[in-house]
Amino acid sequence: MEEGSIIKKADEFLQVFKKGEEFTKDILRENERLRFKLAEVEEMLARGGEEARAGVYANRIKLLEDELKSLKERFMQVEEENKDFASKYLEVEEENNNLANLYVASYQLHSTLDFSEVLRIVLEIVINLIGAECFGLYLVDEKTNELEAVAAEGISASELPRVVIGEGLIGKVAKEGDSYFSENIEASSRKPDEPIVCIPLKIKEHVIGVIAIYSLLVQKRSFSHVDYELFNLLAGHAATAIFSSKLYTQSERKLSTIQGFLDLLKDKPRR
Amino acid sequence: MPNILVVEDSPTMRQLISFAMRRVPASKVIEATDGVDALKKLSSNGVDLILADINMPVMDGLKLVSLVRGNPAYKEIPIIMITTEGAEEDKKRALSIGANAYLTKPVQTQQLVKLVGDFLSK
Repeated sequence: MEEGSIIKKADEFLQVFKKGEEFTKDILRENERLRFKLAEVEEMLARGGEEARAGVYANRIKLLEDELKSLKERFMQVEEENKDFASKYLEVEEENNNLANLYVASYQLHSTLDFSEVLRIVLEIVINLIGAECFGLYLVDEKTNELEAVAAEGISASELPRVVIGEGLIGKVAKEGDSYFSENIEASSRKPDEPIVCIPLKIKEHVIGVIAIYSLLVQKRSFSHVDYELFNLLAGHAATAIFSSKLYTQSERKLSTIQGFLDLLKDKPRR
Repeated sequence: MPNILVVEDSPTMRQLISFAMRRVPASKVIEATDGVDALKKLSSNGVDLILADINMPVMDGLKLVSLVRGNPAYKEIPIIMITTEGAEEDKKRALSIGANAYLTKPVQTQQLVKLVGDFLSK
């Protein structure tokens, strides 16, 4: 009885022990499975983080690329604006220079009432500012209604014949009052009746003379914008300066003649 | 303040060059009507640069250049010729006797101002 009871208890204990063993094995398997699962989850999480970071970086790169593109566009825009400003600056500078030339020419023309000095200034302007090598300055002789050369450069004024108004190129310019520019200004001609440029000197619509250019300096190959402005200035301002200085000189001469008579009359009774 | 001596017999050109030199910062223009006048002005003023015409009465620009270069006191002063003489041999001649640069008339103001600025900054 005691022996049977001991064997029964030992069997029970063995059964419990086996169950315990199976339970432990189950726990170990479950543990293994969970560890595997955990590793999987960790790996997934890790992978998911990298992807998220990659996504963030991709967004940053896109933003930076957009920013770079916009900066490049702005840079190009600013560069264009700079180019535009630079060319405008050059234009303004050129215009300033041209205005300075015109101012100086005008200032000099009206700086004196001496007829011969005005003629010298006109010659200086045509040589130095326009670049003419050979030219003549004709004035209308009121008595004969002909053009007479009163000053010249590169040729003697006495070599330039009188021109009847309306005849030949110079006469026609004097009659019609319109400037003449040859198509080929480089072709130099010293023939008095074949100028390459003819500028009428006008006070309003009244022509008082003509500047006829026969050749330009070797370095002068074409006319620029300011040359035409100078021609216009000469047409008006030189005409006024020449006309007023001529009148002034004539009146001075008359005044001195009258003064001479007066002095003579004053002196007479004393004798 | 750099002193620029403008040697030119034509009042129009003198005024025009003096006008252009206003654009050279802090410069002062001294005017002379010919070579002899220029030598007088040179001796009484400290001149940093000379702008000279060639065809002038009394003493022309070429004679002035050779006299300036012959004087040790003025030897280093830059000289720019401004002239109507556009032939290559005229230019070579002026440069061979001591001119530093040669410009022909009608003078381009921007070119002149730049050239003067370059010489004065050296």
